[in-house]
Amino acid sequence: MSADTTVAATDRTPSMRSFLKSHVREYGMLLSLIAIMVFFEIMTNGTLLKPLNLTNLILQNSYIVIMALGMLLVIVAGHIDLSVGSVVGFVGALAAVLMVQYDMHFIPATAICLVVGAGMGAAQGYWVAYHKIPSFIVTLAGMLVFRGLCLALLAGQSIGPFPVEFQRLSSGFIPDVLPLAGVHLTSLLLSIAIPVVLVLLNVRSRLNQQRHAIDQEPLFVFVVKNVVMTAVVVYLGYLLSSYKGLPNVLIVMLALIALYTFVTTRTTIGRRIYALGGNEKAAKLSGINTERLTFLTFVNMGVLAALAGLIFAARLNTATPKAGITFELDVIAACFIGGASASGGVGRVTGAVIGAFVMGVMNNGMSILGVGIDWQQVIKGLVLLAAVFFDVYNKKKS
Amino acid sequence: MDAILEMRAITKSFPGVNALDDVNLTVRRGEIHAVVGENGAGKSTLMKVLSGVYPHGSYTGTIRYQGEERQFRTIADSEKIGIIIIHQELALVPLLSIAENIFLGNEQARFGVIDWPAVHVRTRQLLDKVGLRESPATLVGDLGVGKQQLVEIAKALSKEVRLLILDEPTASLNESDSDALLALLEEFKAHGIASILISHKLNEVSKVADAITVLRDGSTVETLDCRREPISEDHIIRSMVGRALADRYPKRTPKVGAPLFGVKDWSAYHPLDADRRMIKGIDLDVRRGEVVGIAGLMGAGRTEFAMSVFGRAYGQAITGTAFMHGKPVDVSTIGKAIANGIAYVTEDRKALGLVLNADILHNVTLANLSGVSRGAVIDDIRELSVAEDYRRRLNIRCSSVFQETVNLSGGNQQKVVLSKWLFSGPELLILDEPTRGIDVGAKYEIYTIINRLADEGKGVLFISSEMPELLGMCDRIYVMSEGSIVAEMPAAEASQEKIMRAIMKAGEQAR
Repeated sequence: MSADTTVAATDRTPSMRSFLKSHVREYGMLLSLIAIMVFFEIMTNGTLLKPLNLTNLILQNSYIVIMALGMLLVIVAGHIDLSVGSVVGFVGALAAVLMVQYDMHFIPATAICLVVGAGMGAAQGYWVAYHKIPSFIVTLAGMLVFRGLCLALLAGQSIGPFPVEFQRLSSGFIPDVLPLAGVHLTSLLLSIAIPVVLVLLNVRSRLNQQRHAIDQEPLFVFVVKNVVMTAVVVYLGYLLSSYKGLPNVLIVMLALIALYTFVTTRTTIGRRIYALGGNEKAAKLSGINTERLTFLTFVNMGVLAALAGLIFAARLNTATPKAGITFELDVIAACFIGGASASGGVGRVTGAVIGAFVMGVMNNGMSILGVGIDWQQVIKGLVLLAAVFFDVYNKKKS
Repeated sequence: MDAILEMRAITKSFPGVNALDDVNLTVRRGEIHAVVGENGAGKSTLMKVLSGVYPHGSYTGTIRYQGEERQFRTIADSEKIGIIIIHQELALVPLLSIAENIFLGNEQARFGVIDWPAVHVRTRQLLDKVGLRESPATLVGDLGVGKQQLVEIAKALSKEVRLLILDEPTASLNESDSDALLALLEEFKAHGIASILISHKLNEVSKVADAITVLRDGSTVETLDCRREPISEDHIIRSMVGRALADRYPKRTPKVGAPLFGVKDWSAYHPLDADRRMIKGIDLDVRRGEVVGIAGLMGAGRTEFAMSVFGRAYGQAITGTAFMHGKPVDVSTIGKAIANGIAYVTEDRKALGLVLNADILHNVTLANLSGVSRGAVIDDIRELSVAEDYRRRLNIRCSSVFQETVNLSGGNQQKVVLSKWLFSGPELLILDEPTRGIDVGAKYEIYTIINRLADEGKGVLFISSEMPELLGMCDRIYVMSEGSIVAEMPAAEASQEKIMRAIMKAGEQAR
């Protein structure tokens, strides 16, 4: 699908063709997501992008996206984390015990949960980093242990409901300063401001590149990219604003996406994680403390899984023993659909986010269409395989 | 006497190098034929041609075996008619038993079901033949190297071997195991099995060989018949190294300055075997502006020494003191070694030097990311200008610095690795086989870079298995053998024969 779209746009200049060829994966992912959205929008007679459904789509996928950010780092570092679903379950249970059974205020309870998540990540990272036990095995053990602890903590019961302030983490919306008929004004302004800031940043970096005579994407591609990005964001923002506005969790998610994009592309620690996954021995011989870095990626994963656990619990408004089961599969699939390599060293934050939304839109769209859970799984499995095959095929061709 | 094997005019080239050029080798029925030569002379390549690792068509020339011309496409083709090669790195599965290893791929089975009693009986017969008293059920991983070697030979015997090729069989064996192995070859000779023995140990060669073929730079120098008259080791050495040194090395007037780097009484033990002392009390020093070579044969411990100095990247229980500018420095982690101005360019650039799926840019700055960043944030523009700068200065041929290093030629990959270490701002560069596997032109460029570094006042410790390279490039040469420094000589007084003699003499004294 994405291949067709790029081929159509290539007949301009040779440089443009070669540019698109080398970036086919990057744009291909985004175009596939858009194509999938358009497909379901048509098939569901416009239900997919109804403000209510769009809001739900974001709420349903936020915890997967947030975990995919951490999982991407783990996968880029050359590892895997199977335990995140169990961490979600355990942290949700812990939050319920603290807030419901012990009446703890939600702020210290949240802090404790995040620290516990870091501890769970650290407990696994320790074995992977310092004892060289394969992460698949360590986190498989973690998956069992944490699920068991979750069951023990809840004594097999569901605990709820949560205090109202805590529920807002998941079901709340950003406050509106100027109530206006029909439209949530703060949200609308914010959804205009965000793309404007992004475009300004893009222009600044492009000018900077020009000044230093660095090769860059063709102007045409640059303009189209920014215009389309702005239009899509403003439109989606408008849709959300016409319902209840931007969900709190969307703001958290966007902030984290921005942070992790920055960390992976611009900082030394991000660069070192890629080097570690690309060639651990070379990274070590270049003076990088590979053990500590591996350890930290697991700690980071634990914190993000804990945050996802809190969001999920707040959304269900109850902690259940089954919370988070099979989440690890969705998260890992999101990263691989997003172009991460199972052998490490390759992958992008934006790819993982898009991958998560590809899965999310398909879940949502197929549910609206009344496709049974059985066939949904079959289709999602095939999409994962197809996306990775596309990667491998592309690589072999070049 | 009739020949079992005749190889005529074998020529094999790799991109940029002629590995074998018009090589002839004749092995007679039931003789032990030694093939000797320096590292890189083409011995292993010749054996790979013979055994079918390099299939017919990838080389020119003819192979006649037992009177017929043969064209091997795979190893299986040569094995089927009795040519068995035993490589330096043994091809055994450590977690399988002796019996399972011997019949691996050749299982004694009926309809896919293994006949274990028959396997054990046959294994015992074979083990008796090679004189190995072990149960067929013993795991190969539990055996020492010498016994593993015997298992390999037993495996060869199980395939009705007529011509046995041994590539450096005694390199990792102790004296008594070596003697036992050589005795075994003589016994085979009595049973009409011919052997080709590739060895660096000339004393062994002159002891057992019936004929010796000397290779140098991919060509046959001569074939010596030891049956008529005994051949002296001196004669073999002269024949191995006797080559004129043309202008293959750029000239440099050394300006040797103050002491820069040194180690005193440096020792290290094998990382897995705490009783095996690999580096034995080494003293060594490098001055500013000096290129110092470390010569030695494979397995002499040169790489192990360099890596143990570079942040203990090799070995355990490391003792000794390292100095920079005459003061003791802490080199206990790689980070500290780099901070103290040491850089180590690894022998294996693909496995240890480069992140292959990353571009040139990211590889160049990897060892000194703080040099292109403010706080933890990388300054893209500065990083790019650094990479472009090294691309120009080292003449890295690439489409852009955004090219993945996996797609570069060996010489250009090596320049990227050098760039990485130059950007870390070292005072001492340890170069481990910096020109291995790269073509002559790129070699010259690397030599020029090394000279420039010395002129800038840096110290260079140059490890190489190619002696002419050391003689052509270095100001001073240490000779290393079995973990010790056995000689030190100014390059002006050094020669290949002198280096070889120092190694051989040390080997004899050790006995």
